[in-house]
Amino acid sequence: MREFLSQYGLIAILLILPVVYGIQDLSDDGNLNRLGNNLVEGLSNGAILALIALGYTLVYGIIELINFAHGEVFMLGSLSAAALYSTFGLTPNTGTAGLVLGLAAILALAMLASATLNVMIERVAYRPLRGAPKLAPLITAVGMSFILQNVGILWIGASQVAVPDLLGSQKHLIEIWGVTITRGHVLAIAVTIPLVLLLTSFVARSRLGKAMRATAQDPEAARLMGINVDTTISLTFLLGGLMAGAAGLISALYQTSIWYFQGFSAGLYAFTAAVMGGIGNIRGAVLGGVIIGVIQGISDNRIGNDWTPAIVFVYLVIIMVFRPQGLIGEETREAG
Amino acid sequence: MTRVAQLRRDRRTGIALAILGAVAVALFPLFRPPLDGLTNDAILALSYVVMALGLNLVVGFAGLLDLGYVAFYAFGLMVTGWWASDFFSSVNDEKGIHVGTSDFVSNLPGIHLNLLLLIIGAIIICATAGVIIGLPTLRLRGDYIAIVTLAFGEIIGRVFANGDEITIFGDNKLSNGRQSISPIDQINLPVFGEFDSALDLRPYYWAVLALVLVVLFVNFRLRDSRLGRAWIALREDEVAAASMGVPLVKTKLLSYAAGGAFGGISGAFLGPFYASINANQFQFGFSIFILAMVILGGLGSIWGVVLGAVALGFLNHWFIPDVLDGEFVKDKLDSFGLEFSFTEVTFGVFGFLLVLMMVLRPEGLLPERRRQIELTHGEGPLDDPQAAVFEARV
Repeated sequence: MREFLSQYGLIAILLILPVVYGIQDLSDDGNLNRLGNNLVEGLSNGAILALIALGYTLVYGIIELINFAHGEVFMLGSLSAAALYSTFGLTPNTGTAGLVLGLAAILALAMLASATLNVMIERVAYRPLRGAPKLAPLITAVGMSFILQNVGILWIGASQVAVPDLLGSQKHLIEIWGVTITRGHVLAIAVTIPLVLLLTSFVARSRLGKAMRATAQDPEAARLMGINVDTTISLTFLLGGLMAGAAGLISALYQTSIWYFQGFSAGLYAFTAAVMGGIGNIRGAVLGGVIIGVIQGISDNRIGNDWTPAIVFVYLVIIMVFRPQGLIGEETREAG
Repeated sequence: MTRVAQLRRDRRTGIALAILGAVAVALFPLFRPPLDGLTNDAILALSYVVMALGLNLVVGFAGLLDLGYVAFYAFGLMVTGWWASDFFSSVNDEKGIHVGTSDFVSNLPGIHLNLLLLIIGAIIICATAGVIIGLPTLRLRGDYIAIVTLAFGEIIGRVFANGDEITIFGDNKLSNGRQSISPIDQINLPVFGEFDSALDLRPYYWAVLALVLVVLFVNFRLRDSRLGRAWIALREDEVAAASMGVPLVKTKLLSYAAGGAFGGISGAFLGPFYASINANQFQFGFSIFILAMVILGGLGSIWGVVLGAVALGFLNHWFIPDVLDGEFVKDKLDSFGLEFSFTEVTFGVFGFLLVLMMVLRPEGLLPERRRQIELTHGEGPLDDPQAAVFEARV
């Protein structure tokens, strides 16, 4: 009974926003166009969040650490991607072929940059503390996050910077039943889906993925079976960083602005998403990302940008308290 | 020399040094001009001491990582905004409500209460808020607690930052949103009269110094009390503590309440000192600023936390803006052709300190004795006479 309440209660709470505003739309306009637009907006936000959430969930799954600096890894990925625009000579006037090739190269480089950064963070700030009390690495993670934010400030300054709108991300592609789909929406989803599929099959099929799952289950036993635990942990940070870098480029293309602080809220939203899906669970992180993205989309449009963080954090608290194991996750050791 | 004689001698020089230090700290503003930058920084540093000691109760003693301490600072400041300014100007037919205010203030509209009442109000509100924030974390452990407290800190900061959209009690707003609330009444104490931060900062300095002394006394008494020992037992091993009869729920909630109350006290003092409060201050960074003080000084070590708070207070308000960004260093950097503002990266410095301390010296600058012995002497006290002495003392 309790289990039933906590699972379906959470789903019911998640449905409050869309249902309430759906009814409001129906009574005001007689159709659901506005809600539909919110949902599409939310889905593409959610795609970005899902990519970031994967980093949280992978790392938490393997060493039970909230990698608080992960949002900043995403932010620096975004900054590097934006910096590479001019290196590759990309402008909104570049031809389609050049644009596709250039962006593919930038995607690879941004992913690589974020991944390297994430591995370095693990090496410097978390590895020396393995075996220390559990709160110690969390505190260094918070410290790293502030250091990286300030790297961002030194790089582009403390205010938001507009970047060239390479794709014309606001350009309408099609309109179905009054719902507008722009290039930005398509881009976010078209990059995210293959990446998530690649990641899932890597973790599920490859030898290294098997080592990751073994280490997540029992590091000590994994070591005895001949798995190099340190390398496996580094690999996990590498994968998380790759996803964050991709999210960084998408965000730069989609939002057409970059900011040193963009990683803080995105990171916390993504963490909420990871917990919502059940931390340590890859499919869960994607599902959570989409849900949080939709909540963010509705709240931005209906309640106001300024209130969105408060609303997402209220969801975070509700999930943590009533269903810390998430929607589809298994019981983690944390969920005492 | 026998050990006893050496101890006695150490103690005597120690006491002499302590008295000398105390006199220097108490009298230093007399040797500075009445409106002095250094006195100003010292007042801020001492008010951070109060907050850091409060956070230390939660993080250091009870071992519950609280990343949302800014919530209590916010409540403390808002208490002064609500009850010591003309914010609720329509109250009592625009004649206002006045309790224990100076002659000048008692003609103004709005609610105006004496500092002592503000402090009591802040304690009640923050202790209640602490319990409310603590309740959902009871079932959780470790890092999840940290995230839930962080979320609460952000929610409360957001609510005040958008408080101009919320109305309470008729047509009153909850806060002024991103606009500041000012002026906040100056402190007006019985016997000492009304302070004036525009003319003389010394009374503020001595007031906050007295506050710190009271808070220090309370902290030492709390640490050695039944409750304090329960907190430490909880930190060391929750299961063992519970099986020895420590009531977990009550103990945890009391630590949040007590820790929050100190944040509120400090906020209620800072409101009149700032003379204007703004919800833009209620940022996550502030929680980390206070946490860095606790970590730098040493988790659970009262004197360590005092040292950490004073050090970071001066680092933030004096060393970085006045020395590193001062003329001398600027000229040097200019001669290398560098242009660099250290103030911009202040929080990077705090982050760096956090990482550095946790990796190199996790017990802090002035470690708590119990923790240091744990870290350096292993577990068995029998082979080490020092540890035996310590156990007897505590």
